[in-house]
Amino acid sequence: MGKIDKKREPDKKETLISLRDVCKNYQIGREVIHALDEATLDVKEGEFVSIIGPSGSGKSTLMNIIGCLDIADSGEYILDGIPIEDYTEGELAKIRNQKIGFVFQSFNLISKLTAEENVELPLIYQKVKRAERTRRVEEALKRVKLEKRASHYPTELSGGQQQRVAIARAIATNPSLILADEPTGNLDSVTSKEIMDIFHELHRTGHTIVLITHDNDVAQQAERSIHILDGKITEVRR
Amino acid sequence: MQTLKMALKSIGSNKLRAFLTMLGIIIGVMALVILVSLVNGATGSVTDTISSLGSNMLTVNVSDNKGAPVHLDDLRTWMEEDAIGNAAAYTKESFTGKSGGNSDSVDVYGVTAYYDTIQDLSMMLGRFIKSTDIENHTYVCVINETLATELIGYTDCVGKEITINGVKFTVVGVLEDNDTSLTSAFSSDSLVAYIPYTTLVRLSETTTLEITSFYVSAAENGTTDQAEERITKILMDRFEDDEDAFSVKSQNVLEDTMSTVTSALTILLGGIAAISLIVGGIGIMNIMLVTVTERTREIGIRKAIGANRRVILQQFLLEAVVLCMMGCAIGIGLSWAILRVIGVVVSSLSITFKMNLNVVLVAVGFCFMIGIVFGLYPANKAAKMKPIDALHYGG
Repeated sequence: MGKIDKKREPDKKETLISLRDVCKNYQIGREVIHALDEATLDVKEGEFVSIIGPSGSGKSTLMNIIGCLDIADSGEYILDGIPIEDYTEGELAKIRNQKIGFVFQSFNLISKLTAEENVELPLIYQKVKRAERTRRVEEALKRVKLEKRASHYPTELSGGQQQRVAIARAIATNPSLILADEPTGNLDSVTSKEIMDIFHELHRTGHTIVLITHDNDVAQQAERSIHILDGKITEVRR
Repeated sequence: MQTLKMALKSIGSNKLRAFLTMLGIIIGVMALVILVSLVNGATGSVTDTISSLGSNMLTVNVSDNKGAPVHLDDLRTWMEEDAIGNAAAYTKESFTGKSGGNSDSVDVYGVTAYYDTIQDLSMMLGRFIKSTDIENHTYVCVINETLATELIGYTDCVGKEITINGVKFTVVGVLEDNDTSLTSAFSSDSLVAYIPYTTLVRLSETTTLEITSFYVSAAENGTTDQAEERITKILMDRFEDDEDAFSVKSQNVLEDTMSTVTSALTILLGGIAAISLIVGGIGIMNIMLVTVTERTREIGIRKAIGANRRVILQQFLLEAVVLCMMGCAIGIGLSWAILRVIGVVVSSLSITFKMNLNVVLVAVGFCFMIGIVFGLYPANKAAKMKPIDALHYGG
């Protein structure tokens, strides 16, 4: 795990995410909706960026594109030096697997698998060897302080604990980017704080975090906030 | 390996549904294995009965003797061969037989000694034609039970005289009408008399000492095949390597017919069972489609964290195949138990119902195929889902 813990020199930051004039349109009936309208955005390695906007503003679309779950209609997206637009589905799956750790609002754990197995899943897809998998799962669960709940099923865990399992799953693969979509949306304020503390901790140890939220308080905790409204991005510097 | 564990886990999470889904396969496999095994068992016992009827016998016909006709002496020489047991010439003619005031058409066989052994005839009274009868051209005959009752009037008639084609013959033996014997199966109603071959030569104008048809049996410790090989070799040497000059046939007509009938039956029953297996397969496909829809979200999550199409396809395909193979295993187990029970119930019939290994292998192969064929569509449907659509499905 040395790679994760490696602190990067602040002045040597490289650009991790680079969006240039990205557009994404949806057609609903006859009406074309510009979910993203020439969005341009840079995130450097080790940054903690929040993206804030009301619902329907295009932030889910932005997150899908950043997370390689969807592909932009036009524009350029470079993730960790890799131009994304001309990849096949299979290659995108691999990029998601290796470069991105997802944390969702609704946790999205697989209910039939234990906490441990959920964390292990992306490592299985990465074809990591068993011994190495066990070690990494243990370490990831330790970082979210859930090592004692390893063999519990998601239904046996509280919302906050489930979200911590999801974070463990996201960091187990040692990704370049942690992409969190309203990670505190389903949680009460106390648990939200716990989760945010974990994100701060991850940020301190060098992870790049992009956090999407509609909650101003949460957004304020990031180094940088980006507003999105009607598909247009505006940077908020503090 | 990991995928197999996942598949088992997901099947285990809904045991009742999994069982009901497998039921189609279980019933199909049971139908296939039990029916085919039953047919095979029954065939086995019938074939055993048939071969006990003396089908270790070869019929030889000579159509072109090439100037080297077969004589009685030749048969005697050939009987010395290791692979050959007995050889007996025969020829059949039809004459009018008379006794007292009765007269009727009689099938007269000119035979040599051992004909009764080869044909497995059993004597009721008296003796069969002997070598001395042949050498001395004696006017003796062995008649069947039907002739005795219909022409003479009673069966205890050893020593009586009957007239065949105007010549008097002394009855030296009466044959039992054996219902299970091969020849009687075709000629039980006809009046039959056996007389020495040499005597028939004198009686008839068409029969000569040049033997055109004779029976050969295998040696006691040899097989029919060996006897067939040997006699064919001898005749080939004799008839200038012309295989059209003679024919050697084993007497398995009934056996052949039986096997034709049973293989047709096996195919028919197997076909019916295969249809029920296919129906079972459709059941599996149906449930797999439901499962895929139910687990859309799970598929979305898996894809988001890096599962590609192949992994998802593998997972669902394996699940279908595992479901099929589990059903197959249960079906085979139950078939085995049922066959054992049937075996005990009908043990008095001397029929053995064994599970046929081939049909088990066919069942396993077929189930595997069904798992693949009917699992492929749902699995492909799962694999093709777009991660965002799947993730936001139902919530």
